[in-house]
Amino acid sequence: MPPVPAIGRAIPRREGVAKVTGRARYVDDLSLPGMLHGLTVRSPVPRGIIRAVHYGAGVPWDEITVVTAADIPGRNVVALILDDQPYLAADRINHAEEPILLLAHADKQLLEEARRLVTFDIEPLPAVFTLDDALSGAPIIWGENNLFKSYFVGRGDVDAAFADAPIVVEGVYETGAQEQLYIEPNGMLAVAGDASGVTVWGSMQCPYYIHKAIAGLFAMPLERIRVVQMETGGGFGGKEEYPSIIAGHAALLAWKSGRPVKMIYDRAEDMVATTKRHPSRTRHRTAVSRDGTLLGMDIDFMIDGGAYCTLSPVVLSRGTIHASGPYFCPNIRIRGRAVATNLPPHGAFRGFGAPQSIFALERHMDRVAAAIGLQPDELRRRNFIRPGQVSAVGQVMADRVDMDAILDRALDMADYHQKRTRFAAANVAAGRTRKGIGFATFMHGAGFTGSGEDHLASIVSVEATADGTVRVLSASTEIGQGTNTIFSQIAADALGVDVEAIEIAQPDTAVVPNSGPTVASRTCMVVGKLLETACRNLRAALTDSGHLASDGDLRQACRAYVRERGPLRASAHYQPNEAARWDDERYQGDAYGSYAWAAYVAEVTVDLVTFETRIDDFVAVQEVGRVIHPVLATGQIEGGVAQAIGWALYEDVVWREGRMANSQMTNYIMPTSVDLPPIRVHFEEVPYQHGPAGAKGIGELPMDGPAPAIANAIAHATGVDVRRVPFTPEMLAHLVEAAGA
Amino acid sequence: MRSWLAQYEMRSASDLGEALDLLSRWPGEWTPFAGGTDLMVLLEAGKLPRRRFVDLWRINELRGIAASADSVRIGALATYTDLLTDPIIAAEFPLVAAAARETGAVAIQNRGTVGGNIANASPAADLPPALLVYGAALELASSRGRRHVAYESFHFGYKRMDLAADELIVGVTLPRERRAQGERGAGWQHRETYRKVGTRRAQAISKICFAASVDLDGGVVRDIRIALGSVAPTVVRARSAEESVRNQPIGSQTIAAARLALRADISPIDDIRSTADYRLRVAGNLLEELLS
Amino acid sequence: MPDAMEVSFVVNAGAVQVTTHPMARLLDVLRTTLHLTGTKEGCGEGECGACGVLLDGRLVNSCLVPIGQVNGSSVTTIEGVASGEQLHAVQQAFIDCGGAQCGICTPGMVLAAAALLDLNPSPSLDQIRIGLAGNLCRCTGYMRIFEAVVTAMRIKPAS
Repeated sequence: MPPVPAIGRAIPRREGVAKVTGRARYVDDLSLPGMLHGLTVRSPVPRGIIRAVHYGAGVPWDEITVVTAADIPGRNVVALILDDQPYLAADRINHAEEPILLLAHADKQLLEEARRLVTFDIEPLPAVFTLDDALSGAPIIWGENNLFKSYFVGRGDVDAAFADAPIVVEGVYETGAQEQLYIEPNGMLAVAGDASGVTVWGSMQCPYYIHKAIAGLFAMPLERIRVVQMETGGGFGGKEEYPSIIAGHAALLAWKSGRPVKMIYDRAEDMVATTKRHPSRTRHRTAVSRDGTLLGMDIDFMIDGGAYCTLSPVVLSRGTIHASGPYFCPNIRIRGRAVATNLPPHGAFRGFGAPQSIFALERHMDRVAAAIGLQPDELRRRNFIRPGQVSAVGQVMADRVDMDAILDRALDMADYHQKRTRFAAANVAAGRTRKGIGFATFMHGAGFTGSGEDHLASIVSVEATADGTVRVLSASTEIGQGTNTIFSQIAADALGVDVEAIEIAQPDTAVVPNSGPTVASRTCMVVGKLLETACRNLRAALTDSGHLASDGDLRQACRAYVRERGPLRASAHYQPNEAARWDDERYQGDAYGSYAWAAYVAEVTVDLVTFETRIDDFVAVQEVGRVIHPVLATGQIEGGVAQAIGWALYEDVVWREGRMANSQMTNYIMPTSVDLPPIRVHFEEVPYQHGPAGAKGIGELPMDGPAPAIANAIAHATGVDVRRVPFTPEMLAHLVEAAGA
Repeated sequence: MRSWLAQYEMRSASDLGEALDLLSRWPGEWTPFAGGTDLMVLLEAGKLPRRRFVDLWRINELRGIAASADSVRIGALATYTDLLTDPIIAAEFPLVAAAARETGAVAIQNRGTVGGNIANASPAADLPPALLVYGAALELASSRGRRHVAYESFHFGYKRMDLAADELIVGVTLPRERRAQGERGAGWQHRETYRKVGTRRAQAISKICFAASVDLDGGVVRDIRIALGSVAPTVVRARSAEESVRNQPIGSQTIAAARLALRADISPIDDIRSTADYRLRVAGNLLEELLS
Repeated sequence: MPDAMEVSFVVNAGAVQVTTHPMARLLDVLRTTLHLTGTKEGCGEGECGACGVLLDGRLVNSCLVPIGQVNGSSVTTIEGVASGEQLHAVQQAFIDCGGAQCGICTPGMVLAAAALLDLNPSPSLDQIRIGLAGNLCRCTGYMRIFEAVVTAMRIKPAS
């Protein structure tokens, strides 16, 4: 009898017992015989030239392993998109906290003392900290014009649309940096030697990114590098590209000392030195008819990439493509720019540019509605993109999306219309608090942009084992989002077995193929689909070999096959969707295979005594294709909404001379258990033909909607025009005073 | 852990005499160490300037909350949890209970102590404004003897206080006599308020902390006590604002005068948590809310 | 090491003795000396609660407790919460309700929840929120965790 399908059921998290008992092994839980601890000595200035290094007296320097740029056996660049970032600054400093040299010793506390005793003579150079200074090129700090990347996308005749438009609404919107703030700080453990090659264990999202980066750093063939993911305590993008640096540093120290080296960042170092969400500024000009039809959209989107290029072009790309939202407009022009400053490089963070441009758009849409005297929901309804219509980059929308229905559902769950009226009436009376309700409608492209997946050419394998279980071999990492569990469900159903018959291999580049990075909401939709295919291939192989009858027991078949013929492995390679078109030169075509669609509603109370905003209720309605695991999916949405509420209300990176001044959890404040409203999640499920069992991506979506929904609610409550994330009490105090004066 | 423990020393005192003896023999050399919720943070960050510590945790005579007819005495090692579970504190000193509730969260409340909080002398501490409103006195001990000082005169500059190098805070006394004033005429109204403004609602460091009690008689302010944190180098009693409204009828003129007078009491600054402008405005708003 | 002292205490019902600096953090003694790595370090400043353990039955942040103050006391870490393979009601509820995602806050969160239910066997939602306010979770948005505590409360009536 075939087992009950696993997909759609809330089976227990596969590594749940290990996590609730403390048995799960994170990198800092490992130690090896003879192991040293490693740490990084960083630049005290944002920009300059290193003239000398001094090692002060007070520690036994002869016992301490010291690595400088001169020790690097291969190339001193972190291999990513461009090769502009060094592993260790050799002479030029381009941002505060840039790594200059590395130290290792068995006594971690002595090492801290050694770090304090290292001083530098640095000739300071003028530095750039703002978008405006970066654009004005005073001074030029990167390339010829401080510009990492630009995009121009669009369609129609925008200038003509504006020339004829009855109403034009303009606005500038900004967002600040955000720290990922995974609760497990970054860390790596490395062994390295000329004979043994390099092995690293660590906290990471993308084992094969590290694999490639280490190979270049050591000028070693890939097969001599091994990267193993340990249990990883959250990532959110923060463990996408930066771990390549830590892994390289730990490996350099291990290679020079001949001992295993563990390098664990403490919270302050993790916050001050590693990547954050790109700050942004978006300028909107919108031409609209009197009845609320969008006639022209002219959008200028800009992000601050920090000192090195890292992933900024890709973040910019996603932010640019999402800048016009889930709307149809015949005339659109979007200019996207990523600029260089002397801040530590900004990097991947859940949403990847989209939360920034969607904040701007969705706040702007409420302002457009107000300008023409239309209800915010009515303006959106008149402009939602519909199946068959064309997006800003020329993608004909194939999703069977019904944004009206999603919005209806969200507004209904939130009792939006009734509250909108009731709050507006109550707010007229004098009182110390104001209530408001607002929403945002948006979509998020699942998986890599354009031809990204074609270039990745991901592979997933499964293998039959002697005991009859099937082992999943993929480089997709479990970072809390549930990879192990949903892969077990997908594999079980594709094979026709119970989830207990599925084993998920630890991501280890010596064992698993390159399934691509664990990013971009692609794990379930793209890698999961490959897994489904690989499982079908395995089943077919067992059937073809005569070991599996149509109603046979797969476990028995596996056992028999392995016993008789030896190992059996089946794989699936990513196959480009022949129907999809993408032009990388013109940045036109099918940007994403599919999108998740959503409407989020926030209800707020603003205290006019303290200007603090409290969220009283939050409704998140989305269409994400088939839901593989209802509890995990709900948890993803709730967690993303919470993280976005933090960004919207609390999380303010304070910069002083290019350095994060509040690099403590005490002063960079994320939401606690008493700060969040009930988060009410509802899924509309429209199966997607290219996803496993019809699933799409989900992880990044919830980061996009909360900030604009909350901004719109605050505007409804107070009448002030909120245009910068985060909406701190200090900012609201200023706005309320300006409005009331 | 960024500190090198080899550079530090800690001795555990088994009773008060031993602790005071250590403090008096090498004045200024040994720093008292209670629940560790402030000092251990500095140790972790490699920013703990003092090197020698005398651990008070085992000194049971510094624990406990005891009430007499006219006062409540809080031992210096009483924790926030002790304050939160004490019925007299809850009934008669609600601002102290509120401050304890809003300091950290459970794990901090189980370890942080009243004496440690006072001696740490953070202008952003949550408990001191409540103590100021209730006219607390501190009991200081040294091997030379004991003395009592009014809490209001204890802090006199950023991290500076009326505490000799050989002295230890051993207790805090809250007078109960003001409770006896309770029975008044029909027009008498008593209000107490505690507002910690920290943007998030738990585990926050105050941007402004506001504690006050006011007695109104027929809409006229009689007794009023206002204390604030995070708006000056020390926690402060807002004497000017109090004076400006005492014996005045509540109304928009009084409020405007009080807001103006408050500016003489506080001197907020811009820092990584907030701005001077915000602190000034919200402190005024909280005062207005109290008087409205 | 100068100023080393001998500290005796009980961990998860077993007596232990360590010789260490009295200001060594309980967290480091547990993780490094006693190899009880279930207790996690998230911030080192008492803010996140990942290092939460029970000290004489009360929730503390082990990063803020100098080992000298633990002498003679009893410590419960996450490794001591289950009875053999039998999970504590809170642990089981965290699995059933999706209360654990990345798992790094989970040991501290489970101990905070267990400590809460020990003091108050039937807390309100507000009391649950307050009881867990010192334990930061970046993955879940706390909703599944609240549900787990409510579920555990029902599984394990007041003892």
